[in-house]
Amino acid sequence: MIRILLPLIGLALLTVLPNYISDYGLGLLIGAATYVTLASAWALFSGQTHYISLATVAFYGTGAYTVAVLNEALPYPAVLACAALIGGAMALVVGLSTLRLQGVYFVIFSFGLAELTRQLITWYEVNVTGTLGRYIFLDITTRQIYWQMLALGAATLALTAWINRSRLGLALRVIGDDETVAAHSGINLARTKLIAFVLSAMILTLAGAITSPRYVYVEPAIVFNPTVSFLTVIMALLGGANRLWGPALGAVPLFLAFEYLSSNFPDTYPIFLGLLFIGVVFLVPNGLLAKLETLTARKAPQTKEART
Amino acid sequence: MSFLSIKGAVKQFGGLRAVDGVSFTLKKGEIVGLLGPNGSGKTTLINLVSGALPATAGEIRLNGQRLTGLRRDRIARAGVARTFQLVRILPSLSLIENVKITAVFGHNAHWGRAAERVAREALEMVGLSDRAEAQAGDLTYIDQKRLELARALAAEPEILLLDEWLAGLNPTELSEGIDLIRKLHQGGLTILMVEHIIDAVRALCPRVVVMNSGQLIADEATDAALSDPSVITAYLGGEVDA
Repeated sequence: MIRILLPLIGLALLTVLPNYISDYGLGLLIGAATYVTLASAWALFSGQTHYISLATVAFYGTGAYTVAVLNEALPYPAVLACAALIGGAMALVVGLSTLRLQGVYFVIFSFGLAELTRQLITWYEVNVTGTLGRYIFLDITTRQIYWQMLALGAATLALTAWINRSRLGLALRVIGDDETVAAHSGINLARTKLIAFVLSAMILTLAGAITSPRYVYVEPAIVFNPTVSFLTVIMALLGGANRLWGPALGAVPLFLAFEYLSSNFPDTYPIFLGLLFIGVVFLVPNGLLAKLETLTARKAPQTKEART
Repeated sequence: MSFLSIKGAVKQFGGLRAVDGVSFTLKKGEIVGLLGPNGSGKTTLINLVSGALPATAGEIRLNGQRLTGLRRDRIARAGVARTFQLVRILPSLSLIENVKITAVFGHNAHWGRAAERVAREALEMVGLSDRAEAQAGDLTYIDQKRLELARALAAEPEILLLDEWLAGLNPTELSEGIDLIRKLHQGGLTILMVEHIIDAVRALCPRVVVMNSGQLIADEATDAALSDPSVITAYLGGEVDA
């Protein structure tokens, strides 16, 4: 009961929070909500299966571009629906052809996918439409963007919680441990991975679509910035990618830290990014939540039994 | 009536025929040993039946249903369960979860209470039920083997393929293991077991099939096979080698 009640109270508080903070604070809040959503959606697929995807920005950027292209042609809800469908279709095609790649090959492929998408859109804009940049003028307030992102983040967490209890979640965890055992136990590998990959991609694309009005001016180099993919991975890993709340826990402090660093040390901040990446991998390879559990278990050995 | 039928199974790896036209059948409820020297193609044959490898030629049927050409997960759902020569457990899952997956995704596709019950019964059968919530990664080797067997049992399979499941056990564990397999056989389970430990084969299997260089060289009663000159030659080498 408390596990449902507490998040709901938190969500209610976050919903009314814009009434009490400055515009700058609201901007930070949107950024944090965006990264909580991105990291949680990323972990929905990559956290359980251990397929580390660097394609986050391929979907995020596609979402932003969908809004840039369609915002004058269609009503806003229809634009969002289109973005989700395009992201899902893209993931379906990509997933069908590549989810048999394992380990480092998948990582490299997913990184390549983001670059490919960026180059394709650039080529299309230059050669077909003749303009590289696009403007997004939508009648949406900053608060509305925040509420939309908050809703998407909450929906992502709810979806993850539901999947974790379902057959799909169990199948994903088995795949993460050993695909051979998974297949010989009767799990349809391709379908299981594809469902999770497509769901994750649809959320990532929607997140890009929802934040896009904040950019006002959109071009491929801006919305397909690979740093978004890297940040998402570090955030999810820091908190614990295979836990429900892990990615959110990692996303909030890291987003704030990067905001601070990038505004105060604009030239040197990638160095901190690199250091942090190394630090996370060495110090908390399983995430903060798992670390916390082992620490408390060591202090009081009986808690582990109590938990199980 | 044959329950598992293997007809002219061939597996070609480049120039090597690892399985070369093997045919035999198993009756329902039968327990048969699959023998042969190292590299004779036993594990490859198990892999053909379970779908880990696609057969180059031939046909394998279970209870009339054609298995050749099906994906691994489809074959598992058709009722084929297996263990692995090198034990494979899921280290980050608990024991009960390790076992539950075949109950959930396997032959009978249970969920909720039913899956839980089937998994508990399988753990009970191999003697691990008191540690159901422990992490599988913390288990000793013999317990990992037990866990793997429990996972195969929770599928409630039509046929169980054991790939040297008794290998690497000490004498006490071995006799426990033999008793366990005997109990499964007496419960009506059809079992095909690759095994090098001849005492275990004698104790468990009234009939054996013997492979050498990918071919079937004997399919007869265990005592007859173990005194068959061609089998002895295959194991100990021919006169030229000796």
